[in-house]
Amino acid sequence: MSDWESVIGLEIHAQLATVSKIFSGASTAFGADPNTQACAVDLGMPGVLPVLNREAVSMAIRFGVAIDAQIDRHSVFARKNYFYPDLPKGYQISQFELPIVGKGHISVSPGEGEHKEIGITRAHLEEDAGKSIHDQFPEQSGIDLNRAGTPLLEIVSEPDMRSAKEAVAYARKIHSLVRYLEICDGNMQEGSFRCDANVSVRRKGEQELGTRAELKNINSFRFLERAINFEIERQVDLIEDGGRVVQETRLYDAERDETRSMRSKEEANDYRYFPDPDLLPVTVSDEDIAQIRAGLPELPEQKKQRYIDELKLSDYNAELLTGNRDTALFFEATLAESPELSAQLVNWILGDLAGALNKAGLEISDSPIKPAMLTQLVARIADNTISGKIAKEVFDAMWQGEGSADDVIEARGLKQITDSGAIETLIDEVIAANPEQVEQFRAGKEKVLGFFVGQVMKQSQGKANPGQVNAILRDKLK
Amino acid sequence: MTRSVIEICAGLATGEFSSVEITQDYLARIALHNPALNCFISVTGELALEQARQADAVRAAGNAGALTGVPIAHKDLFCTDGVRTSCGSRILDNFIAPYDATVIEQFNQGGTVMLGKTNMDEFAMGSSNENSYYGSVANPWNLKHVPGGSSGGSAAAVAAGLAPAATGTDTGGSIRQPAAFCGVTGIKPTYGRVSRYGMIAFASSLDQGGPFARSAEDCALLLQTMAKFDPRDSTSSEQAVPDYSAGLGQGIEGLKIGLPKEYFADGLDSRIAGVIETAIDELRKLGAEIKEISLPNTGLSIPTYYVVAMAECSSNLSRFDGVRFGHRCEKPVDLEDLYKRSRGEGFGAEVKRRILIGTYALSAGYYDAYYLKAQQLRRMIKDDFQSAFDSVDLILGPTTPEVAFEIGAKTDDPVSMYLQDIYTISLNLAGLPGMSLPVGFVDGLPVGMQLIGNYFDEAGLLAAAHSYQQVSDWHLQTPGLTS
Repeated sequence: MSDWESVIGLEIHAQLATVSKIFSGASTAFGADPNTQACAVDLGMPGVLPVLNREAVSMAIRFGVAIDAQIDRHSVFARKNYFYPDLPKGYQISQFELPIVGKGHISVSPGEGEHKEIGITRAHLEEDAGKSIHDQFPEQSGIDLNRAGTPLLEIVSEPDMRSAKEAVAYARKIHSLVRYLEICDGNMQEGSFRCDANVSVRRKGEQELGTRAELKNINSFRFLERAINFEIERQVDLIEDGGRVVQETRLYDAERDETRSMRSKEEANDYRYFPDPDLLPVTVSDEDIAQIRAGLPELPEQKKQRYIDELKLSDYNAELLTGNRDTALFFEATLAESPELSAQLVNWILGDLAGALNKAGLEISDSPIKPAMLTQLVARIADNTISGKIAKEVFDAMWQGEGSADDVIEARGLKQITDSGAIETLIDEVIAANPEQVEQFRAGKEKVLGFFVGQVMKQSQGKANPGQVNAILRDKLK
Repeated sequence: MTRSVIEICAGLATGEFSSVEITQDYLARIALHNPALNCFISVTGELALEQARQADAVRAAGNAGALTGVPIAHKDLFCTDGVRTSCGSRILDNFIAPYDATVIEQFNQGGTVMLGKTNMDEFAMGSSNENSYYGSVANPWNLKHVPGGSSGGSAAAVAAGLAPAATGTDTGGSIRQPAAFCGVTGIKPTYGRVSRYGMIAFASSLDQGGPFARSAEDCALLLQTMAKFDPRDSTSSEQAVPDYSAGLGQGIEGLKIGLPKEYFADGLDSRIAGVIETAIDELRKLGAEIKEISLPNTGLSIPTYYVVAMAECSSNLSRFDGVRFGHRCEKPVDLEDLYKRSRGEGFGAEVKRRILIGTYALSAGYYDAYYLKAQQLRRMIKDDFQSAFDSVDLILGPTTPEVAFEIGAKTDDPVSMYLQDIYTISLNLAGLPGMSLPVGFVDGLPVGMQLIGNYFDEAGLLAAAHSYQQVSDWHLQTPGLTS
């Protein structure tokens, strides 16, 4: 394996979050009854004509500006001709020779401290097809055209990735970006964000690219990694056994964790692309682009740099926080009232909260602990109402839905004991009960102090202020 | 029953007859003559009478518009809500359109009465109306001859007095050529002037709807209803629509009219040339300044057209697949069988020929040589006209090289059939407006003269035609149908 290098490029289809379809006024909402969101245009009725939804164009430009790409002032919709029952017109309206977004690039971080620049060849607008349903009618297939005409942005990368890990890092970065830009909801289960991978292998040092296979039907980042790794191994084994990779489309089967041949190049369609005469070329002015650029939200790279510069976060933590827009938004919401606690908040978000979410399989946007609740918890540690240890208990209680930090502290009586009289009483008791250890300490065994602190904390059920306990103990043991 | 639209409007306005009465007259005439002429694929008598009753009510309430209550026939390529829209094809024989084309919507809003849907070459592909699944249409001037195509049913219906006016569409001459063959007036507007929404597409970059009537004056009135910006058609023009009727009287004195020498060269029947010469003399007498011009790329228009039109149609007709509407074969064994037999049974020979040629022209390895080359030639043809319009206001010539030929005469020779469109086709490639008006007869069959205008100068075309019709009576001649 170590003699081999893999070359990977991705084609990502991001469904644009427009209210209506790209060429008709029908709704794009997911999950409606079959064919209830398909109008005459989506059904490809005789005589109907497409009219471009400019919102889809704006969204494509947002993406192009964000990856520093050239935006074509003049792009053209073409027809991609092939027959399939879920393609009502017998052609898909797409962009071929003149896509709206030209060459761009994006920086990805495949591992801690690693950075790699990935080229983006182009991004073009097209309409989605409908869905064929093969399991509901005996001996017949059903067609649901609700999805037909949903706008897609197809983002084509250069073959710049050299491992499945890099490909996943790139896909995650694009996923994060389209959500930051609010142009795609990124839902992979519903098919709003789909990845196809072009994979080839070559011996290290070779300049020519090997023959590639296109992997389809990948609906999670985990599967993307597994599908690519399977395919790399398959191709290397094939060549080492004296075989030859053929150019083909392969489907990833998640259950068996393997890729299977779907169709070879010889069986591929000749799509007979030509400019769609029903649509005028799309023209974009410099003003349009300037306006869209001005309206862009803070992008992950900018956010990350700001966290490093202004909040003095580490590169790694800043990357983790900004990798997912919702995490960054959560962090910023917690920060709003207590900017001085940023370091502690970061630790809680990336530590306990991330762990709990991961364990429960929840997204941060669905977290039962809301930003304000976490802020309050951290504030209560800072103002010595509770100790860091008690805070974990409060966190768990909030996660279980017992209310805010203050609610939990109150209900469970977790407020820290800071009354030095009360602490002194506790300490006196502990000293009286352990004369042997008192002797040891006085004989110079400093470590025994920890034993006393532990005993006092135990007696106070963790509520005594550890700092105060420490100070008073030292005083009394002298 | 050779009333013009203007006369019917006047009769309705004065109360000489009601819309119901005149509609009944036309329906009776259709019943009498349609069996021999075959102008109509569907006659919508009940709907017509219902619309006529409504029109009469609107008029009684004092809300009549210019065309309220006027009967009209529509080419069976415009989608009509709830009415079969066959496009002359077996594949749509069972297709009831679920919506109205914009043109139909505009006529309905104007209060016209739809008599029925007219016969046509299948998917508007043809120059003789012989390619209809519903059989040939007979030319009212000589029943053994073709009416032209593809809007042959509309032209013949107006010529025979089965309708005072009709809609048509023109992709390469499909309004002007049948207008010429049947001795009626027809106009193809500038590309983008009339909405294509709901017009079943043949070749999207060339198709344009327009009216047939007995005179330029009538056409002006009808075009007023048809011409409109339509947000549902991205190629529709936002250019303001002038008042065509008001512009009719502008005359042609001092107008510079160019005669392209290529339109009077070999291939033109010399007797037609003679008829056109006589009409030109009339225009000269009216004060027009006539000069020879050249459109050097005229000879390239037919090959260019047949690549562009067929490439577009091969894609446009893909939606007729037997899946969602239209003809589906019996008991398909699998998807491929469903496609092959539904389309194989549903489409006629000429449509199949064009789909195959268009598919070939767009195929990998041929695209540059055919489609791209044709687009380059298209630009050259357009440039020819642009430079011609630097020195003239209108261009004039014959509409067709021959008068209406006999049914069956050219069916085995598609190239000779395609040559029928030599003078009309280049306008579609350039997107220019053109019209045909009757200027005489050869062998008892009408001769059409074509006027070509600059972009959006429909008003200029109509005014010139109107001036000529003020001093001639060819447009008033009617075929001698029994009764």
